Amino acid sequence: MTSSNWQFDTEKSLVESHGLKLDEFEKIVEGLGREPNLTELGIFSAMWNEHCSYKSSKYWLKKLPTSGERVIQGPGENAGVIDIDDGDVAVFKMESHNHPSFLEPYQGAATGVGGILRDVFTMGARPVANMNALRFGDPNHPKTKHLVSGVVGGIGGYGNCIGIPTVGGEVNFHPSYNGNILVNAMTVGIAKKDKIFYSAAAGIGNPVVYVGSKTGRDGIHGATMASAEFDDDSEEKKPTVQVGDPFTEKLLLEACLELMKEDAIIAIQDMGAAGLTSSSIEMASKGNVGIDINLSKVPMRAANMTAYELMLSESQERMLMVIQPKKEELARSIFKKWDLEFEIIGEVTDTKKLILHMDGEEQASIPINILVEDAPEYQRDYIVNVPSPLISFESKDFEDKDILSDLLKMISHPNLCSRKWIWEQYDHMVMADTVVRPGSDAAVVRVHGTNKGIAISTDCSPTYCRHNPYEGGKHAVVETWRNIVASGAEPIAITDCMNFGNPEKPEIMGQFVECIRGMGDACSKLNYPVISGNVSLYNETNGEGIYPTPAIGGVGLIRDLSNTMTIDLKNEGNVLCLIGESNNHLGNSHYLSIIQNIEDGGTPSINLDDELKNGKFILDCVAKKLLKSVHDVGEGGVLVAIAEMCISGMQGIKIDITKDFLHGFFFGEDQARYLVEVSQNKLEQIEVDASKSGVKIERIGEIGGTSISINSIGEIELSSLIDHHTKWFNEF
Amino acid sequence: MKTHVIVFPGSNCDRDVAVAIQNIIGSSPEMVWHKDSTIKQSDLIVIPGGFSYGDYLRCGAMASTSPIMKSVIENANKGVPVMGICNGFQILIESGLLQGALIRNSSLSFICRDIIIKPTNTKTIFTNKSKISKMPIAHNEGNYFANSNQIKEIEDNDQIAFQYCDENGDINALSNPNGSINNIAGVFNKSKNVLGMMPHPERAAESIHGCDDGRNIFESLLS
Repeated sequence: MTSSNWQFDTEKSLVESHGLKLDEFEKIVEGLGREPNLTELGIFSAMWNEHCSYKSSKYWLKKLPTSGERVIQGPGENAGVIDIDDGDVAVFKMESHNHPSFLEPYQGAATGVGGILRDVFTMGARPVANMNALRFGDPNHPKTKHLVSGVVGGIGGYGNCIGIPTVGGEVNFHPSYNGNILVNAMTVGIAKKDKIFYSAAAGIGNPVVYVGSKTGRDGIHGATMASAEFDDDSEEKKPTVQVGDPFTEKLLLEACLELMKEDAIIAIQDMGAAGLTSSSIEMASKGNVGIDINLSKVPMRAANMTAYELMLSESQERMLMVIQPKKEELARSIFKKWDLEFEIIGEVTDTKKLILHMDGEEQASIPINILVEDAPEYQRDYIVNVPSPLISFESKDFEDKDILSDLLKMISHPNLCSRKWIWEQYDHMVMADTVVRPGSDAAVVRVHGTNKGIAISTDCSPTYCRHNPYEGGKHAVVETWRNIVASGAEPIAITDCMNFGNPEKPEIMGQFVECIRGMGDACSKLNYPVISGNVSLYNETNGEGIYPTPAIGGVGLIRDLSNTMTIDLKNEGNVLCLIGESNNHLGNSHYLSIIQNIEDGGTPSINLDDELKNGKFILDCVAKKLLKSVHDVGEGGVLVAIAEMCISGMQGIKIDITKDFLHGFFFGEDQARYLVEVSQNKLEQIEVDASKSGVKIERIGEIGGTSISINSIGEIELSSLIDHHTKWFNEF
Repeated sequence: MKTHVIVFPGSNCDRDVAVAIQNIIGSSPEMVWHKDSTIKQSDLIVIPGGFSYGDYLRCGAMASTSPIMKSVIENANKGVPVMGICNGFQILIESGLLQGALIRNSSLSFICRDIIIKPTNTKTIFTNKSKISKMPIAHNEGNYFANSNQIKEIEDNDQIAFQYCDENGDINALSNPNGSINNIAGVFNKSKNVLGMMPHPERAAESIHGCDDGRNIFESLLS
């Protein structure tokens, strides 16, 4: 439709300012049989934006494997649920808060944490761990420092106050995020299998209850803002960012969990993106019922709020519930005890419509199916670019004598240096169940009151994804799987946070499609399904998209915590061995980018059979108590991994190997590899076991001393390694 | 031993300390809601860590005026052992049971990590089994301050409970995580039945914590 034949009473600019395309508006008119009023237009805008409707991604997301023996709830609820034995379940999800965090880093990140926590406790779980995956621009970009300190402060500020430990995460820097940082927050909670709560409204005439904070004018159109690109005037969008109140969330958490012990809640849904609009519509849609709301009853923070504002506000720390009518007084008394709002604002109806009244007048009447089932869905055009070609490097191009000085440069680089500066600002020990603290491969938290634990890891390598989205997508999944294995846990399932640029551009859509294909292949092969997730598109500023970033959060189970593995070297005299094949893959490695300033050469390819075989071998060795420490070989390659193990354990090592191409061996980023510490008396057994399993194992060196020494090259003192490893953030 | 743990709406270490008490002292504490007004008979009252009322004002300032604190103060004045950990220490200062002030960390950021403390006075009910101990801190406002007269007074009365130190027990600037004056990590009231400390002994109370040095404080109370 062109502007010349626009024939509606509604102004075309009004439609556009709601982020709706003109043909989408036509679809609304067709569905309603009339033009929407302003409140209704706002509701459609909130439901049909990319963030809430998944209109560009839905078709592809359906291709991911989402079921498995341990999957109790896959994608589609507030969070996914897996069985962790003994009647316990783990509930988890990761979600993006990218756009708000770029505009207002502290509050953007804080409310990202608040939102994901609510998604998890809405399901009836007590949150036990927070994780995150963060991407910032070039460290030298003028905004980066402010964004890093704001985001870290916001994540800590929220998690520390509510008292859920932030046990780990990942951070990288790359200029592709200069105008659009990524803040992905993940929460894991624990519940009882027979006490999981869902969002489907039921029981005609049952009361719809609003609990939590009052509604203000903050965050109006937040979800719509998060579905658009940025430009030079993005600062003006700051008022769409919500403000977090972790103390109120703590009250809401405790009050909800207290009420959940009673048989009172029929359905519950948190008010996150698009607030009252999406929560009421999702509850009605899932339950195949209607909901009437009297907006005059909504607790308001500001005077004279309109129906439009009330429906679109993204004020935080609010929940919507359908409760048993007989339990109303009990529920009210619990929320009163916690000094929270509790108001019956509507009821479940059989109209299958969302009907809103305010001051006695009807404000909106929309059939739910038009909002949900009939929401636009696009199969956007896509182009799959040819992946960057693999380049093989030869030893003659490198000077062996530089290896140790290259190592120092690498471990002091922002992308590989210690993240201690960050995690020390997060309370990672509250709840007193943290078994493995940040800085190892995966964080491990004990399931309270038991001897089993949950291992959690977040990961993604955007450079790999940029140069080969298929292998990059596989890698992101596999990297979390390997980190969980390296912690001694059985990997179970993942959540994903798909951060991409503008899906209307075929090459961006192609990245999305290929990453999904890679993830799907890895998940299927590893029996590691996707149980929840979130898509964040339009991560662009002035037409420049971010690198494709499918951040993955993986979760595994350790049945017996005495089998927990960490990366720190334990004892002098033990031997460090490398598991897996090394083929000197330097393409797109940290070595090339940090030392040679080259971002090219091709993403390492991942052999899923090898991953499975080597991972199983590690877990078998753990079960047989053959290993003292384990570290997966990831970013930076073998020598960086060795340095991390030495620093963590305050142990030196004498590396004694013979290789034709030392740089390739030490800094290559071949996949499916682990470093393991084995005591002398178990060495023979593990080598025999490896050979039986067809797994390559090679001795790297003997632990001991106060330095890393490499035969024929030289040595570096641990103290120097530590200085280099910790200096960058401390001076940032 | 009859123990009580005070629960403010934003307490978040209440369960952790209850678990430690159960494991070490051997009986589970009674959890007392902040809106209650009396604690009748107690052998130990613990004010746990957290963000009692969100701590949007001065930490502990609002909690110190909540209904239960009257009873805590009465019990303290009668000689009942009262222990405040982290936010609990801040509340005890705000309620006037302990001297000094806890201001923002000198780094101006939240700090969560292991530190080492040394008992300064081991002749009290809380520290008779104490030794140089490793345990975590997790706070934004743990920088202890008192003016020179107050410092002299608490030193003269042996009221310093713990000081941050290094592995050898040396009290120096490098081992001070937050800028506390004289490396003070915890203090007593005059009669030594009230203890406030920033480190979290309940997070170093069993082997999975990586260190169980925190147990000695609870064990001291048993003897």
